[in-house]
Amino acid sequence: MLKINNLHASIEDKGILRGVNLEVKAGEVHAIMGPNGSGKSTLAAVIAGKEEYEVTEGSILFDNEDINELAAEERAHKGVFLSFQYPVEIPGVSVTNFMKTAINETRKAKGLEDMPAKDMLKLIREKSELLEIDRKFLSRSLNEGFSGGEKKRNEIFQMAMLEPKLAILDETDSGLDIDALRIVANGVNKLKSKDNAVIVITHYQRLLEYIVPDFVHVLYNGRIVKSGGKELAHELEEKGYDWIKEEVNA
Amino acid sequence: MSNKYTEDDLREELKTKEYEYGFYTDIESDTFPIGLNEDIVRAISLKKEEPEWMTEWRLEAFRAWKEMTEPEWANVHYKKPDFQAISYYSAPNSKPKYNSLDEVDPELLATFAKLGISIDEQKKLSNVAMDVVIDSVSVATTFKKTLGEKGIIFCSISEALREHPELVKKYIGTIVPQKDNFYAALNSAVFSDGSFCYIPKGVRCPMELSTYFRINQAGTGQFERTLVIADEGSYVSYLEGCTAPSRDENQLHAAVVELIALDDAEIKYSTVQNWYPGNAEGKGGVYNFVTKRGLCEKNAKISWTQVETGSAVTWKYPSCVLKGDNSVGEFYSIAVTNNYQQADTGTKMIHLGKNTKSTIISKGISAGKSQNSYRGLVKISPNADNARNFSQCDSLLMGNECGAHTFPYIEAKNKTAKIEHEATTSKIGEDQIFYCNQRGINTEKAIALIVNGFSKEVLNKLPMEFAVEAQKLLEISLEGSVG
Repeated sequence: MLKINNLHASIEDKGILRGVNLEVKAGEVHAIMGPNGSGKSTLAAVIAGKEEYEVTEGSILFDNEDINELAAEERAHKGVFLSFQYPVEIPGVSVTNFMKTAINETRKAKGLEDMPAKDMLKLIREKSELLEIDRKFLSRSLNEGFSGGEKKRNEIFQMAMLEPKLAILDETDSGLDIDALRIVANGVNKLKSKDNAVIVITHYQRLLEYIVPDFVHVLYNGRIVKSGGKELAHELEEKGYDWIKEEVNA
Repeated sequence: MSNKYTEDDLREELKTKEYEYGFYTDIESDTFPIGLNEDIVRAISLKKEEPEWMTEWRLEAFRAWKEMTEPEWANVHYKKPDFQAISYYSAPNSKPKYNSLDEVDPELLATFAKLGISIDEQKKLSNVAMDVVIDSVSVATTFKKTLGEKGIIFCSISEALREHPELVKKYIGTIVPQKDNFYAALNSAVFSDGSFCYIPKGVRCPMELSTYFRINQAGTGQFERTLVIADEGSYVSYLEGCTAPSRDENQLHAAVVELIALDDAEIKYSTVQNWYPGNAEGKGGVYNFVTKRGLCEKNAKISWTQVETGSAVTWKYPSCVLKGDNSVGEFYSIAVTNNYQQADTGTKMIHLGKNTKSTIISKGISAGKSQNSYRGLVKISPNADNARNFSQCDSLLMGNECGAHTFPYIEAKNKTAKIEHEATTSKIGEDQIFYCNQRGINTEKAIALIVNGFSKEVLNKLPMEFAVEAQKLLEISLEGSVG
């Protein structure tokens, strides 16, 4: 589904990614871990198509198509979803209205009519129940005055609504208490299928107890320096990142 | 990325957007020679078969106007119009009034269709009574009969001068006197038509009343005069919409609107103003110099709601004189400026009575090289015990070449007054745009969404039929035409 080859990316001429290779197949869950400043969030933003980053080398294939030249919204239409580490506020635009617009814009891009109001309502009801979201929450302005937990839950709600092929969760666990973490993780697990894939970006092993990865990768200095199974996450939790750094520098 | 969409692209697009209502209709019309003198003023009055007192009233205004100078205090810059180069009267040359749509000039009906107004549909579906003013003359008033049964008078001001001269005489110029200001004086001298509305005691007007203004002929000015009187305990909601053809020269629009809300009455007055704003280089466009003011007697309420997206230069301050105790004044405004547009708009809330209350919500959106100013006065007179005002002025900037300005004036002469003022300025952030993009919403749509969210508090104040139109207009004004 996703094939990243020798990806180099920079922002304002500063190289952040320096040759990332990663392959994610349908039905898989990948975790990307690594110390602060290793390039995890940059990788997520580059896959999603954030303009500020320039890809200087390498390629990103999504369903065998090079998406490097596509605008962010076109990648979204193809099924790439990013759960933001810091979701932005849009005053005066309700969660419902935002989702309605997102879904209908995606449908429009595919040549479909707007989703009928009653189907939209049904979908909203279904997905908000899945994530234990109070309906009142949906009429509030997007992320405005939301707590950290509410913002993250709202991200996963949007993911549930949009049903992406590839979901990238950037530090979704930060700012969540244990109950919220469980709800969010349950939501992600229920949405998982053999046809879609998830990339979980995290500092800590904690989230991976709930969303169990098939593969764990360590990103360091803009490269994936180590890959393994879920036991690698435990090892990192126990030993920290220093031993990885030593291995790389050796 | 080759197809990334930057603020530069956006600005480019904003420059290339076209004015949708810029067509000209070839309707035969009767247009006066250019220039202004006492004879022209008399001729207008004669043409409209006005009573003698009205002719005198106009002449008085004209004489006052000759002695006045054009105001220069507003934060706008433009070449002053040559008042001797304008024709002060232009009327579609067909029958002045129609009994049914079949009698209407087909060109005129086609104009309405282009404007997106189907009079026929309006009649049947939306329950809106409508008066249409093209150039200077009212050409169609719908729903008259239904309203008549309730004793409501809704007609052109010319007709009111013929049919109900006592009402016009009693109220015209009482809230905006002839000599009020330069443009109001000019309007008083030469106004050619406009709407008149009277709601009798205790009557709740069962439908929205609406006037549609359009400048069609070249080289004409439009000077409408609107007078709305809500008698004791009555209620009316009034809508006004405006468009004009795209022309290279500047057209002048100097209207006067007077609202009178007697004891316990309520008037809601909503405007969607989309006069031609000029082209991307700032050539042409309408000068919109308008005086709007309302008087509230005891327990009365007046709400002004305006969505201003058009005109090259706007100079407009819909105001409320809160004369009666416990009266309420409200002003809700969205002003959008783009390219070289300039707007200096706001309100005056004059608190005279006790326990009077006013609310001001102003949302300014600036793009391109435009300048957008809010200018407001809250005045609490010595007798206005316990007066309260809340003002909120928010500005949204797009790009780095536009300007937003806020000029709030407060004069409080009573110690019990409570006045609150809040102001914010924000820019549409790249992070907000990227967030929307990532959810599949392109930049154009994202901006529309953000602007709509920003304007929501005001859009919510518009009647339903108008809110949808206003929302579309905001999108057109700011988006351009990316396919």
